[in-house]
Amino acid sequence: MKYFIFAISLLINASLFYALNTRELLPIPMGSFLSVQEGIWQNAEPVDYDFSENLNVKGINGKVDVYLDDRLVPHIFAEDENDAYFVQGYLHAKFRLWQMEFQTFAAAGRLSEFVGDKAIPFDRNQRRMGMVFAAENALSAMEKDDSTKHALDAYTNGINAYISTLNTAKLPIEYKLLGYKPEKWSNLKSALFTKQMTYTLAGYDKDLEYTNALKVLGEENFKLLYPELADSLYPVIAKGTAYAKPLADLIPPADADSVYFKRNDSIHFTQDFKPNPSNGSNNWAVSGSRTQSGKPILSNDPHLGLTLPSIWFEIQLHTKAYNSYGVSFPGLPGVVIGFNDSIAFGFTNAGRDVKDYYEIKFQDESKSAYWFNGEWKNATQRVEKIKVKGSNEILDTVAYTVFGPVIYDKSFKNDLSNEKAYALRWVAHDTSNILKMWLLLNRAKNYEDYHHAISYFNVPGQNMIFASHTGDIALWQQATFPLRWKGQGLFVMPGYDSSYMWKGYISMEENPHALNPASGYVSSANQRPTDSTYPYFIPGSYEVYRAITINKRLDAMKNITVEDMKALQNDNYNVFAELARPILSKYVNRNELSSEASGYLQIIESWNLMNDPTEKGVTCFNAWWDSLYNNIFLDDLQQAKIPLVRPEKFVLLEALTKDSAFRFIDNRNTAEFEDLHYQVTSALKKAVVNLSKLENEGKLEWAKYKNTTVYHLLKTNAMPFARSGILNGGGNGIVNATQHDHGPSWRMVIEMTQPINAHAVYPGGQSGNPGSKFYDNFIDTWAKGEYYKIFFMQSSDTSSEQIKWTMSFNPAS
Amino acid sequence: MKFLASIILSALLSYATGLFLPWWSIMIVGLIIGYSIPQKRILSFVSVFIGVALFWGLFAYFISNANDHILAKRVAVFIVKKEDPIILMLITAVVGGLSAGISAVTGRSFALLLKK
Repeated sequence: MKYFIFAISLLINASLFYALNTRELLPIPMGSFLSVQEGIWQNAEPVDYDFSENLNVKGINGKVDVYLDDRLVPHIFAEDENDAYFVQGYLHAKFRLWQMEFQTFAAAGRLSEFVGDKAIPFDRNQRRMGMVFAAENALSAMEKDDSTKHALDAYTNGINAYISTLNTAKLPIEYKLLGYKPEKWSNLKSALFTKQMTYTLAGYDKDLEYTNALKVLGEENFKLLYPELADSLYPVIAKGTAYAKPLADLIPPADADSVYFKRNDSIHFTQDFKPNPSNGSNNWAVSGSRTQSGKPILSNDPHLGLTLPSIWFEIQLHTKAYNSYGVSFPGLPGVVIGFNDSIAFGFTNAGRDVKDYYEIKFQDESKSAYWFNGEWKNATQRVEKIKVKGSNEILDTVAYTVFGPVIYDKSFKNDLSNEKAYALRWVAHDTSNILKMWLLLNRAKNYEDYHHAISYFNVPGQNMIFASHTGDIALWQQATFPLRWKGQGLFVMPGYDSSYMWKGYISMEENPHALNPASGYVSSANQRPTDSTYPYFIPGSYEVYRAITINKRLDAMKNITVEDMKALQNDNYNVFAELARPILSKYVNRNELSSEASGYLQIIESWNLMNDPTEKGVTCFNAWWDSLYNNIFLDDLQQAKIPLVRPEKFVLLEALTKDSAFRFIDNRNTAEFEDLHYQVTSALKKAVVNLSKLENEGKLEWAKYKNTTVYHLLKTNAMPFARSGILNGGGNGIVNATQHDHGPSWRMVIEMTQPINAHAVYPGGQSGNPGSKFYDNFIDTWAKGEYYKIFFMQSSDTSSEQIKWTMSFNPAS
Repeated sequence: MKFLASIILSALLSYATGLFLPWWSIMIVGLIIGYSIPQKRILSFVSVFIGVALFWGLFAYFISNANDHILAKRVAVFIVKKEDPIILMLITAVVGGLSAGISAVTGRSFALLLKK
């Protein structure tokens, strides 16, 4: 009997151990997960936690003091700037390690390592796009330059110094949830981060869909639906600016008309994991002549996916060489958007197309040679090894051509063949040292320094805004942008002929720029940089409407203050609706409407055109316009059942403004002819069905409909770590660009007085730990459109009341 | 007396071993206490369960209280789909208590096995 009892209890015991220690039965091993000494409870940071510490670390040359203020912003005081980067790395890791690793794992196509086989398509896509190849090229340039190499080395060492202090209990909670451990940081990971950022901002392309559109719609309709310029464009560089004769003379290949522009080809597969085309930003700088203080004010708010932990980490770096403040990327040394004692700098995305596709014909299955300039040319092969959790490693062979990696071939998209594969030409693969720009901007003192710093930047193209204490304001659209003959790269190009390759890059001095313009301000909002007189062909994805509001508002302002600039960043005016509503009003057949539909029409027509949180008009207007858009375009876009890209919303608005008989209005799938009256009225009737459903759910008010949500990086897999139901206004095409989960990821207004008057906020918190009160504590302030006054600490401020904790880093022998 | 000693010792030893060993050290503690303190199996189980459940439950409570339950509210949603820190603490206590308690029964059974 006692043997039996022992055997049974041992069995139960072993089973229980197994059940609580494995991920095979429950998704989370409850034993280690709930352990009070090593599990999640250890991530519950006391609300009165004392961050003060005295540390001895190897890798710094002198003592570094870090003053943490009441918002947990570190103010790093170091003599040696590399010591500052070391400590920046240490602090990034201390507060954001999981995020840093996750983002660089994603960049490198390594998510399968801890997510399992469902991430394989994503990982393959990243590898085949040449993300690691691009990062290696970037790293070689960064490490060739002594100053960047030392900065990166110090930063990496700082991260690893923190990682080496970790034990199971101290691991960020996401590691405990997912069941893996951090690996050592490396300079390559920082390079990977820059490439992920490049993909986010300069990775969107429409070449394959455009190729399809050309076939389905024909050249004339293509130009109507995908025009180069919007009529209502308010370019970054003021209209009428004179451009010099171009340095480069660009002529299309002799056979372009027959081989390229008349190509009759379709691409049936869809491209997955495209970056969000809404990734963009606002920035503007007003000169002292227009401000109350007489000093320039610079404002910037980058619009990105809103995430927890935030993409940004606020920081001050005080060294012998400079004193800078702003937000940094966990993953890179230096301040990325911010200011120093003398200047302020910020960015918006240029949205220029720097990514083209070439059709490749392989000699055979081995993908070792492809047809090029009349002969078989050898392709180099890169074998990507993808480790998969719970399964065997996957090998993926990617051929590299003169253009770049062959991203799509039959091993990846099964409707392709040896005869038909697509290589990618992308500026992101070029060798360059973009980190050097930031390290130089941190120490820049004037316009010349800024101009020199930005010359190192090649991609992703940015509108780089500048203001100085001495009164200069400037904006450069900067990157290395390919020289293109007109039409080049809109569609897939032939890969067998070198005459279709890019002929080089537009020289920096020809990039659109403005220094102290007569208007007294510079601004950008992802719109096309120039009007049609710019001498180069510059396709891209451009926004139209935010720029209109910003420029009109700035034109009307005098004696500008910081408060005015905050108000402008939070401006909810809907200029698109201002232009579109009259068309809806004009063409709707009122006598055909039900009383319910008339009610919504009344809401729309009496709406004040503000995307404010409690307005119902915006929800109703959007539903109507979207419904009209679908009425007019879906039949045309879906006629061939191959991927096409939706025309921009300005296309329909401007077409209907000019021409009530716009040729796409009629529904091609019906025998009858539908006119604009019919389509507008029918669109409202369709919208009413959804609107009445929304009204019943209490979601007609804009903020309730929009349900602004800051997701955790694990998206819907980690909703307890997200913040949803944030009731704020804004939207697509609105200066306050807050959409459901996308929008101003950092709002900053910097007045270049002495001392500098700086205000900023971001929708997150300094700590990446969901168990810290500093995890999401800025969100409510951000949602209300309020800001924090920045504590730009000076050496004399060490006893300031704003300093709550001090960390001392002492060099260990 | 043995019962009370078993409660106190299992809590203290669990804390001490947990400083160096992973979470399953509470199972080792259960085995040792069950083996070395002679009492009925059921009492071994109950006493060790109480000792470790109290340790884990109360420890979790003190940590969470100092944290204003920020983390426990979030993690509770993962596990029981609602923002209830107390339930998470109870689950924690039960997981700890059960693991160690069952081990105590195994330890006691082993001791009885060796006894002639």
